Amino acid sequence: MRITCPHCGERDRREFTYQGASEIMARPDADAGVSAFADYLHLRDNPAGDTRDMWYHDPCGAWIVVDRNTVTHAVTGSTLAREGRT
Amino acid sequence: MRLKGKGFPDQQRSVPFTFDGERMTGHAGDTLASALLGNGVRLVGRSFKYHRPRGVYGAGSEEPNALVTIGHGAAADPNVRATVQELYEGLEARSQNRWPSLKTDVMAVNDLLSPFLGAGFYYKTFMWPRSFWEKLYEPFIRRAAGLGALSGDHNEDRYERAFAFCDLLVIGAGPAGLMAALTAARAGVDVILADEDSRMGGRLLSETTEVDGKTGHLWADDVLAELRGMDNVRLMTRTTVFGAYDQGTFGALERVGHHKPRKGDELPRECFWRIVAQRSILCAGALERPIAFPNNDRPGIMSASAVRSFANRYGVVGAPEVAVFANNDDAHRTARDLIAAGVKVSALIDSRDDVEVKVDAPVFTGARVVQTSGRLGLEGLTVEQGGRRHGIKAGVLAMSGGWNPSVHLTCHMNGRPVWDAGIQSFVPRDGAIPGMTVAGAARGRFSTAACLADGAEQGAAAATALGRKNVISPDVPHAEGAAYRHQPLWAVEGRGRKWIDFQNDVHVKDIKLAAQENFRSVEHMKRYTTQGMATDQGKNSNVVALAVLADATGRGIPETGTTTFRPPYSPVAIAALGAGAQGKGFAPQRFTTSHAASIARGAPMIEAGLWYRPSYFPATGEKTWREACDREVQMVRSTVGVCDVSTLGKIDIQGPDAAAFLDFVYTNTMSTLKVGKVRYGLMLREDGYVLDDGTCSRLGEMHFVITTTTAAAALVMRHLDFVAQALRPDLDVQIVSVTEQWAQFGVVGAKSREVLNTILDKPIDDDSMPYMGCADVGVAGVSGRLFRISFSGEHAYEVAVPARFGDSLYRLLVANAEMFGGGPYGMEALNVLRIEKGFITHAEIHGRTTAFDIGMDRMISPKKDCIGKTLARRDGLVDEGREQLVGLKPAGAVKQLTAGAHLFDAGAVATRENDQGYVTSVCYSPTVESYLGLAFLKNGRARHGQTVRLVDHLRGIEALCIVCDPVFFDPEGGRLRG
Amino acid sequence: MRYNAWQIFKEAFTGQTGWKPVWRDPEPKKEYDIVLIGGGGHGLSTAYYLAKNHGLTNIAVLEKGYIGSGNIGRNTTIVRANYFLPGNSEFYSHSLKLWEGLESDLNYNVMHSQRGLINLFHSDGQRDAFVRRGNAMINQGDDAVLLDRDGVRQHLPYIDFDNVRFPVYGGLLHPRGGTARHDAVAWGYARGADQRGVDLIQNCEVTGIDISNGKVTGVQTSRGPIRAKKVAMVAAGRSGQVAAMAGMRLPIESHVLQAFVTEGLKPVIDHVVSFGMGHFYISQSDKGGLVFGGDLDFYSSYAQRGNLPMKEHVMEAAMTLMPMIGKAKVLRSWGGIMDMSPDGSPIIDRTHVDGLFVNCGWNYGGFKAVPASGWAYAHLIATGKPHDTAARYRLDRFTTGRGIMDEEGTGSQHNLH
Repeated sequence: MRITCPHCGERDRREFTYQGASEIMARPDADAGVSAFADYLHLRDNPAGDTRDMWYHDPCGAWIVVDRNTVTHAVTGSTLAREGRT
Repeated sequence: MRLKGKGFPDQQRSVPFTFDGERMTGHAGDTLASALLGNGVRLVGRSFKYHRPRGVYGAGSEEPNALVTIGHGAAADPNVRATVQELYEGLEARSQNRWPSLKTDVMAVNDLLSPFLGAGFYYKTFMWPRSFWEKLYEPFIRRAAGLGALSGDHNEDRYERAFAFCDLLVIGAGPAGLMAALTAARAGVDVILADEDSRMGGRLLSETTEVDGKTGHLWADDVLAELRGMDNVRLMTRTTVFGAYDQGTFGALERVGHHKPRKGDELPRECFWRIVAQRSILCAGALERPIAFPNNDRPGIMSASAVRSFANRYGVVGAPEVAVFANNDDAHRTARDLIAAGVKVSALIDSRDDVEVKVDAPVFTGARVVQTSGRLGLEGLTVEQGGRRHGIKAGVLAMSGGWNPSVHLTCHMNGRPVWDAGIQSFVPRDGAIPGMTVAGAARGRFSTAACLADGAEQGAAAATALGRKNVISPDVPHAEGAAYRHQPLWAVEGRGRKWIDFQNDVHVKDIKLAAQENFRSVEHMKRYTTQGMATDQGKNSNVVALAVLADATGRGIPETGTTTFRPPYSPVAIAALGAGAQGKGFAPQRFTTSHAASIARGAPMIEAGLWYRPSYFPATGEKTWREACDREVQMVRSTVGVCDVSTLGKIDIQGPDAAAFLDFVYTNTMSTLKVGKVRYGLMLREDGYVLDDGTCSRLGEMHFVITTTTAAAALVMRHLDFVAQALRPDLDVQIVSVTEQWAQFGVVGAKSREVLNTILDKPIDDDSMPYMGCADVGVAGVSGRLFRISFSGEHAYEVAVPARFGDSLYRLLVANAEMFGGGPYGMEALNVLRIEKGFITHAEIHGRTTAFDIGMDRMISPKKDCIGKTLARRDGLVDEGREQLVGLKPAGAVKQLTAGAHLFDAGAVATRENDQGYVTSVCYSPTVESYLGLAFLKNGRARHGQTVRLVDHLRGIEALCIVCDPVFFDPEGGRLRG
Repeated sequence: MRYNAWQIFKEAFTGQTGWKPVWRDPEPKKEYDIVLIGGGGHGLSTAYYLAKNHGLTNIAVLEKGYIGSGNIGRNTTIVRANYFLPGNSEFYSHSLKLWEGLESDLNYNVMHSQRGLINLFHSDGQRDAFVRRGNAMINQGDDAVLLDRDGVRQHLPYIDFDNVRFPVYGGLLHPRGGTARHDAVAWGYARGADQRGVDLIQNCEVTGIDISNGKVTGVQTSRGPIRAKKVAMVAAGRSGQVAAMAGMRLPIESHVLQAFVTEGLKPVIDHVVSFGMGHFYISQSDKGGLVFGGDLDFYSSYAQRGNLPMKEHVMEAAMTLMPMIGKAKVLRSWGGIMDMSPDGSPIIDRTHVDGLFVNCGWNYGGFKAVPASGWAYAHLIATGKPHDTAARYRLDRFTTGRGIMDEEGTGSQHNLH
């Protein structure tokens, strides 16, 4: 599997650490309450198909949002998490 | 039997080898299989279940029968295909799965018992009495099963791994692959051409057909010569592309050293290649399939194409008289080539009625082989034609049920192949592997001419797809283009077992039984009968088995489905896939700058994650680690000790919003920290549990350095990057790990300041460096940092210098400490010192503890949000009944306290229902002169003073303990500030 | 028909013609009392215990593929009861007891082999953690033995004790741990359920869950609508998609876990062995293949196949721990889709829809759980109350924070369990 780091180009999967769905970027407001935080942290769409998830490029330290397909493993895009896409 | 003047092996050059201890001779260029056949050996192995005598069936890696062990001792390599193993001088081969000998195998009794041992029989018996399964039945089954044996010795051979990159990977160097590679290479494409064989050319090496007016293999040599001369082409022989993975990644295994005698300085055995290719063309050819007829498994019964390979390529034939049985024209070539080589063809049996056979031998059309004879080798066969039976004498029967495209790699990413009624087999599904096309016989184009044309076409298409302009398709050379004519024949009726999966001993009746018992799904049939689960993964047998199942269930073959092929294409040694990991290679080794100095002082080094740290520093006369540990603890408590703490994670955080960022990741507030001060900090995970703890030092308004535990250094760094980039990109903050840039040493104890002042450019005192202070300092002329922090409860400092000065600073500190009666101390003493003070490590914050559990819930600031704050409030995380951190002291004399023991109320039975907690850390404290323990106890903070029972079933230890505060020593902390 | 040695003897002389179908292939009826979505190990055992323990037989098991086509047929066959957190302890302990009586109960030889499982540890800290675990196992009434280095050497002489990156400090032996023939478990339960009248319906994909006024009324399938009083989801690997039909989002991420088998070899590994410094576990099947696996590929996936990095990591662990298996050749590798839950422990619970139940989140533990999961799920479906052994497998535990069972201590990150 190969993923493109926006900084470093296409790299082997070995260089990345996976974190989970990009839903994790949409952190609730501080006062949103336990149930909102519990849903945010635990519940997942978990699609069989196109997904968007978080990968850390260990050598350069960039968190990346990757567009991917969970059935075919096709990787169709990646952007820096810093750019704020969820 | 050798055919004089035939084949590539140099018949002038003899190569001695042994088989089951018997000395034999082959020739350079032989495989072990061809050499055995040349020596008249047909019996080569025993089958898996019934231990039936078996011989060489094929001529390639798909061989199901001729599996042998090569070599002996640690070098012994089991389950090697004799058809792939190249002969070398002194090669030592042994047959497998037989006892006491290949000819007389006691386990062959299974064959006589076979009526009792039908498909899945073991699911229906061996159930009583229960204890007999492990004691009797299973050991017996295990001993009977299996093929070769591992030596049991540690591997001593070298294996390697490598990466390769290319524009185009061409898999298979037969006519299609050669044309594809040539076309693409001429267009300037960076090509890797890989082939599993020791020589490129594919079937052209085994056939007498001509290409471009020359013998096929000579044409192949010309193409290879051109390819070899091109800078943009890499030819990889003996390299099996065994798996297709995501984004154009392929696994390939190169057999580097298996074809040469061992001399002690040899090449690696194998190299495992990870090949990344933008595009690929699969030119893997096709495999011949057998026909199921009674006793079709005797040594000497072979695939017709293999018989041709052995005759044409290797110049051998298994017996003087050969019969051919087929349902297609292709196999007629076997008869013709043999006759041309002077071998007697005793019969050509073609199952088709209206077929013209141009072979100068007795021909039976519309006929079937219905029986064979010969216990350890084929002697004759019975042919039925129009109701009449004929006895035929033959030592070799060349059979062909037609051809199956080698679709395997196209299945590796879940692509299901498609049934092609024209060839009565499966062809690859288009687009099954992104970037891959298939050419030639691998997609059912069986004639040489069609393969050449298809290869050229796919090669040109790949070059165009890779962006090459004006790709020129070379002229496709002239070659035979006869259509593939055949008529399906899967299984012949008749008495006796009709074998399909030779190695696993699956026959027609097994598959019918599976259908009868309603294992009608092809996957059920496979799993119930073990059909296709042998070492050839059903390459020879799957399509026949499927046809038999379809017939038994009254369905068509496409409706019946197909099982999928999984990687690897052919089996790959674990040593190759894991090359480099044996011994210390499994994980990186991280050494501190004081490593050499610690070793010089005789310290045993222990693993701490990837790091190595000194366990203790033995002094003269000390016999146990405890003596050294006790001394080191007392030394720190009385004078001074030096300890390398560089393995703790160090993260540098800078920027206008650095303080705000730290407020968000720590539970407590860091923005109020004054420059030049240090604060203890606690981090939570978003789920409210403790992530890590450490110190946070403010070196400037916009500059902090934080520490993490050794274990969590990488995790915390990733976490901080995540928070900064994904959650709080609004904050202007820069984060970098500096763990490796700084060597850092604890100087600990009452004399610590005196020791430091021997090396600091400017001496310190309580005013210039108060408790929890930090500053940039000059250390023997080097810019360093000093922190007054303590993990021992003593007056202590940590001094940091750039890592390149670490070794000399450590030696200097230790030497100067010794002048004050101190010295170095190791991990054991460090652990005792921190337990005496009730300081936690990852033994306590093990991922399931909350701030509440460790008594730090008040460190979660109510004034601000932070990671984990909300979910830490969940009812279940602050329940009074949770297990809370406490100290334990023995009540009366005890042998010892042990970590991992559980706690119970005194007098309660030690069961799960009564479980009150568990012990996380223990030590013997020379300071308190007692065993001490840290533990988590239900509602523990309210139970100080109570007695609990510690039970360690595993170590046979029970002790009564008094629950107490986890700070055992100097609870007021006077020594810290002293 | 009962299976025994006499039957085999008889059939040997009558050409094997008397063997009956192991299960029927009934047409789906219009209505059932209970419909189970998923014909894998857990669905089949649930059906079996509904019939056997609760006398409920008007049941259909709907399977989109063939019976046992999910993880029951693609795991590393390990059976153990070595969990240490309350909730898991009693559940897996119950499961192991059911395993021990399974063959006589089902009259089907699932080849449950209690050959002993050894978890190796490689530091003092790991040893203490395993001691805590082993003591918890004994507190639960199961068995555990602490082995020192020499003790490990006696059991596993082939391990590299000398030249190794992470030396073996010792091991935790779980004598009753072992393996079983995975497919046979599915078939045995299927046969038992079918014999009691349960309809096993293959090639029947559920496409919708019918809910009316907060109560489940049936399912839509590729073979037509089926009414049902109760519907129980038990489709690990596709849990999220099935639950979505009922408007639910689950705390599940799907991940691929690879497994490997080598060519057949003569007996060489007699235990189940687990390496403590890299996820690696291995046993040898009765056919002689070394069956082994490691960690997840660490990215969400439904592909039932994995990639090279994790394969290599698993092989590296094998080579550092037991370099004598270097010349064993990997014959096949495959992937199963794991329901990964936030704490690594499963869910057996009611849902917000009346009559709709959920069983999911088995992480690495699904195969050994098959008997107890079916037992507890059947109890819940039949009585409406959780079974004692599975009372903590609540769906709401992530909101309440009560009863979180994080054996790995990695926290709410699905792929790290």
